[in-house]
Amino acid sequence: MLELELDGQKLSVPEGSTVIEAAHRAGVYIPHFCYHKKLSIAANCRMCLVQVEKAPKPLPACATPVTNGMKVFTHSDLAVKAQKSVMEFLLINHPLDCPICDQGGECQLQDLAVGYGDGASRYEEDKRVVPNKDLGSLIATDMTRCINCTRCVRFTQEIAGLMELGQAFRGDRAEIMSFVGKTVDSELSGNIIDLCPVGALTSKPFRYTARTWELARRKSVSPHDGLGSNLIVQVKHDRVMRVLPLENEQVNECWLSDKERFSYEALNSAERLTKPMVKQDGRWQEVDWNVALDYTSHALRDVAKNHGAAAIGALVSPHATLEEMALAAKLMRGLGCENIDFRLRQSDFSADGHRRGTPWLGMKVAELSGLDRVPAVARVLIVGSFLRKDHPLLAQRLRQAAKKGMQISVIHSADDDLLVDLTARAVAAPSRLPELLAQVVKAVAEQKGAAADPSLEKVGAGDTAKKIAASLVSGTNTAILLGNFAQQHPRAATLNALAQQLAGLLGSKFGFLGEAANSVGGYVAGAVPAGEGMNAAAMLTDPRKVYLLLGAEPELDCADGAAALAAMQQASSVIVLSPFKSQAALDYADVLLPVSPFSETSGTFINTEGRVQSFHAVAKPRGEARPAWKVLRVLGNLLELGGFGYDSSEQVRDELLGGKPEFVSGLDNGVEGVAIELPSAAGMERVADVPIHFSDPLVRRAPSLQRTADAVAPAARMNAAMLAKLGVAAGDIVKVGVTEGNPRGTGGTATLQAELDAGVPDNCVRIAAAHASTASLGAMFANVTVEKA
Amino acid sequence: MALLEAINPLLSAGWQKGGHEWRLENDTGWRLKDYEARGGYQSLKKILAGKMSPDDVINEVKKSVLRGRGGAGFPTGLKWSFMPKAAPEKYIVCNTDEGEPGTFKDRDIQRFDPHAIIEGMIIAAYAVGAGRGYNYIHGEIYELYQRFEQALDEARAAGYLGQNILGAGFDFELFAHHGWGAYICGEESALLESIEGKKGQPRFKPPFPANVGLYGKPTTINNTESFASIPFIFRIGGESFLDLGKPNNGGTKLYSVSGHVNRPGNFEVPMGTPFARLLEMAGGMRGGRKLKAVIPGGSSAPVLPADVMMDCTMDYDSIAKAGSMLGSGAVIVMDETTCMVKALERLSYFYYEESCGQCTPCREGTGWMYKVIHRIEHGEGRPEDLALLDRLTINIMGRTICALGDAASMPVQSFVKHFRNEFEYHIENKKCLVPPDVQRAGSSFFTRNMGQA
Amino acid sequence: MLSEATLGKIDREVAKYPAAQKQSAVMAALAFAQDELGWLSKDAIAAVAGYLDMPAIAAYEVASFYNMYDLAPVGKYKLTVCTNLPCALSGGVHAAEYLKNKLGIDFNETTADGRFTLKEGECMGACGDAPVMLVNNKRMHCFMTPDEIDKLLGECK
Ligand SMILES: Cc1cc2nc3c(=O)[nH]c(=O)nc-3n(C[C@H](O)[C@H](O)[C@H](O)COP(=O)(O)O)c2cc1C
Ligand code: SF4
Ligand code: FES
Repeated sequence: MLELELDGQKLSVPEGSTVIEAAHRAGVYIPHFCYHKKLSIAANCRMCLVQVEKAPKPLPACATPVTNGMKVFTHSDLAVKAQKSVMEFLLINHPLDCPICDQGGECQLQDLAVGYGDGASRYEEDKRVVPNKDLGSLIATDMTRCINCTRCVRFTQEIAGLMELGQAFRGDRAEIMSFVGKTVDSELSGNIIDLCPVGALTSKPFRYTARTWELARRKSVSPHDGLGSNLIVQVKHDRVMRVLPLENEQVNECWLSDKERFSYEALNSAERLTKPMVKQDGRWQEVDWNVALDYTSHALRDVAKNHGAAAIGALVSPHATLEEMALAAKLMRGLGCENIDFRLRQSDFSADGHRRGTPWLGMKVAELSGLDRVPAVARVLIVGSFLRKDHPLLAQRLRQAAKKGMQISVIHSADDDLLVDLTARAVAAPSRLPELLAQVVKAVAEQKGAAADPSLEKVGAGDTAKKIAASLVSGTNTAILLGNFAQQHPRAATLNALAQQLAGLLGSKFGFLGEAANSVGGYVAGAVPAGEGMNAAAMLTDPRKVYLLLGAEPELDCADGAAALAAMQQASSVIVLSPFKSQAALDYADVLLPVSPFSETSGTFINTEGRVQSFHAVAKPRGEARPAWKVLRVLGNLLELGGFGYDSSEQVRDELLGGKPEFVSGLDNGVEGVAIELPSAAGMERVADVPIHFSDPLVRRAPSLQRTADAVAPAARMNAAMLAKLGVAAGDIVKVGVTEGNPRGTGGTATLQAELDAGVPDNCVRIAAAHASTASLGAMFANVTVEKA
Repeated sequence: MALLEAINPLLSAGWQKGGHEWRLENDTGWRLKDYEARGGYQSLKKILAGKMSPDDVINEVKKSVLRGRGGAGFPTGLKWSFMPKAAPEKYIVCNTDEGEPGTFKDRDIQRFDPHAIIEGMIIAAYAVGAGRGYNYIHGEIYELYQRFEQALDEARAAGYLGQNILGAGFDFELFAHHGWGAYICGEESALLESIEGKKGQPRFKPPFPANVGLYGKPTTINNTESFASIPFIFRIGGESFLDLGKPNNGGTKLYSVSGHVNRPGNFEVPMGTPFARLLEMAGGMRGGRKLKAVIPGGSSAPVLPADVMMDCTMDYDSIAKAGSMLGSGAVIVMDETTCMVKALERLSYFYYEESCGQCTPCREGTGWMYKVIHRIEHGEGRPEDLALLDRLTINIMGRTICALGDAASMPVQSFVKHFRNEFEYHIENKKCLVPPDVQRAGSSFFTRNMGQA
Repeated sequence: MLSEATLGKIDREVAKYPAAQKQSAVMAALAFAQDELGWLSKDAIAAVAGYLDMPAIAAYEVASFYNMYDLAPVGKYKLTVCTNLPCALSGGVHAAEYLKNKLGIDFNETTADGRFTLKEGECMGACGDAPVMLVNNKRMHCFMTPDEIDKLLGECK
């Protein structure tokens, strides 16, 4: 520890602290623009100049290391004079039109100018004008306002992992820009809006729609991926106008992915379902809630009476709240039905009944970067994950850790650039993943001189597996992570069991990167079948008479969209609880109950590390929409099921969790008695990713996100050798057909553009799922044929 | 000039050339064989054969009191001693990005004596334990960059570079890197950024290059003339080198004399030589006109009026006492035909043009200063402008990452201080104190037979 | 976009730096690209960046920071005259004026026949040889009296 005196206050700070960090500890504010705690130090704005005893000139607090016995004066005459002179320089070329600037009211320059600016400037020359840049659909620019702090540039380089912005030219001609004509395509791009201390980079969707002081700021939790980022939702007249990160070092730090930041546009979508609707004689009628609920309860009661409760199937979105899931499960069980599931994209359920507990990350989120505490010995193996797009902020954490020495290896069926230095990677067709992981298990056993599981007797480790194993063995702080793709894989249980073996050999942690906001919560809520109940896949291959859909759009959210659509279409009744009315639902459903999206209901998400995060509604429900937990409560009462007398969502939660613990209990990734199956590859396999902006009903309806590079329509992507083998050129239109591996047999086809993607393994074609244009292809994991159309 | 050849013969075979003989292809004496014939590489051989330890080498350089010739005058031996001993990867970098207006000595060393630089860098590498080096050469002298590459090839072929140099078990690789038009890359940390393939924006210090330098590794960076002086120091011994100059100002130094003199050029003289003597060597004042002012250490050094300058000797201490800096030893001589406002306007434009743009005071302030001086020069000055200029310099100096902010301010302060009457005259009368035809007469463009004086 | 010969030259530059530091060759690579193509279009910069595995914007930062890269087309001969103070004291500005008159263009302009572009330069580190000018970045001409300038212009076919 180092001792110093700051404005007369005695402090002790850790070695390596800077003066600004020391001031922060002491609660002393030093004005600054370029400094940001998560970014490298640039020391270019010079706003943070302070006086240091014995130093002949003022020093930048952000870049000056504390030395023992140092005396710092942040508000002395010398310091304030220096700060004021910097402010004067900053303002000479800055437009002084705060009233029309979108940043007005939340501008650090404006705030500081009040305290440090000198009313009238002595500058009477022409001000500089800087041309604006088109950075894409999310970020608006007003570059004349830029003060060249370079926070945005450093963010793209350091946090997002790819330098997409730079400071071109020099002197006062310097301009922040993307490469000529290029948009900023990072899935984390929106953070530069928060980082920009002035109004140079602002939110395009939000621009000019409200002034900051008109907005109520309410806390919430992101309903998208398993991280559960903490949000500040800004609301004007019950309309969500903007979403910002709520800083939580344990979860999202101070960042948000673009999906989390901009998906709110969907809340105001024209597709919002605002009135209960019932289909009668093939025609939709808007009806009162009691009519719709009566209809619904009759439909459920009738089918249970006439065909048995097992004729009902409930498909629950993994983005539903804990309370909604719990009440849906209670409702189904009350009717005597076990057919309920939220694991819509899963295709292998053979681990059910063999699990020791609720699958989860296997560690705290913060440990992912905490794994770098002794960077040289931290090791991570990621199996089956489109990490950057599936878990943008977890990828960012690993990126930072890798810079400090963590070694990361990957086993996957795509070679997407994670923007991180990988130690080793094995990329092969989906069917080969279990074998590859088994090879690593084998190699680790060999390198450690331990016995491998007898089921792996025939497995021989290849060079890549040995390299991965060597990396893992060389560390002491190790984690094996199974991504969404591994969880959706037809041999998911095998992958789970192998990861468990590997973790056992290494004495490491292993876990699942939770796909959705409530991937853990779904288990906790009991929204999974017990006993003879049917899982999400079984409910589709063996179609039910009546379906209850809670927030799910099966044709896009299920592992096999075509099977899901067929099942819905053949059902006698489909009851939809959703914030949206989609054309598909209008076709197959007969009741549409408008329920609140996350912003209009209270509820709880349990994130991938088991963290219980409850939130309140930030706005009143749109139209006649109602929180789904209330709708389910009324249904329970109408069906006279008993135990539905809840007054609040908190009651539901407390009953389930015994209060509001910080973390849920019962988390355990272990499986027992799962047979290891190592299929051999054959034929041409589809590699199906779920693109970041197609992944759930909310994001699909956010127009600005749909205009980003991440939302381009699916293509048939293959490597050069495959294209050549098929006689197809990039840009050609191809017909893709399903051959085998589809539970419903062959038949589905899709017409797509062929594209070259060197990262796709041999004998594979990468075709995104969760999109209308590919839903007809059915199962995400299937063998396909590709031919020129 | 016999004296010169007896001392550090930095410009060896070609220094006295000038005028239209200035054709690279006419040069002789820069090749390895010529350098060796002049005793080149003997110092290196002596060091490696005599098994002088790296510490011995550093001590010898300390004894010579060689002060960095790049401008700041920091003792070279001391700088070398800052290099961490244990680090496995270290670099030596030579700063030949000479772009400070008035300075053109390193170009002549590159031209006439490239092997002296190479030998100096090898010795430095041995002293600090560096395995690799780069010479960063100003973009505008690309032809000399190419010559340096040829010299490197010669040195490699002769076994002075590469593995196991002279069988002494010491490895060192040396390469050339060229700039492409950015004065700021002369600043050492900007230069390192530039070698790393980035734009040349200086780094905040600490950490200093000796700890975190090129590619984040410990790096010693010196000026061309500093390195080129090393072989000579080992030829005559550190103390003898010091004795050539005066205490605390060791050795000889190259002075680049430009401006209103009859024979502009580089002159190597002992530290402490009177300015009057240097002026005489440069052929005296052009056309016999009267000396008005001198910038004694490159454009960043404060200007001194003629009478003050005539009393100075050419060394760090004397010039500092007179209120300026010896800097890089670039002596810009101005006679009575010079308009000091116009002269300052041009220098201010230079700093405005060359500011790298990262620090607020420099980025915004250099342009502001230029605009004010420009308007004074163009008859639009205001009475309060001189006070404004003064404030601006105060607000820039000492508040930036690198010394360019100071460099831009010092001329403004000193010109206004010493020639205030000319500035005031401009503001009041909206014209020059020195009539335009007199100014025009000062230039030699239409009259002089270049370089033959 | 870039010829084999240019790529070969770039490769030689890359070899000067540690294996993980390919980007160090970007300045030389951009200069070679400019030699070949006459100026640095956005595509040329992207090609260099791609070849050196660096982000295109990082190469653009470099191309726009250093004065001797041309981000717009220039004439067959780019003449850069140093007008900085030491040169100005010995005729640098007058040499530039002489050129402006001769060529009928101002700084940053190109003659109608596309032969000459005139640029104002900063200190070239050759102040003793003023007036000094650079032809196409790589060839320096010193002591440029009117006669010498006329001779040079005559040689630039
Ligand atoms: C704006 C600026 C420009 C500089 N230009 C040069 C230069 O052209 N050549 C040089 O050797 N040093 C230059 N320096 C000084 C270098 O930063 C550094 O001090 C020097 O190269 C160290 O070498 P030395 O110790 O041998 O003098 C410059 C410094 C600044 C602030
Ligand atoms: S003082 Fe000027 S040149 Fe130096 S780093 Fe700051 S902005 Fe760049
Ligand atoms: S915050 Fe310290 S210089 Fe910008």
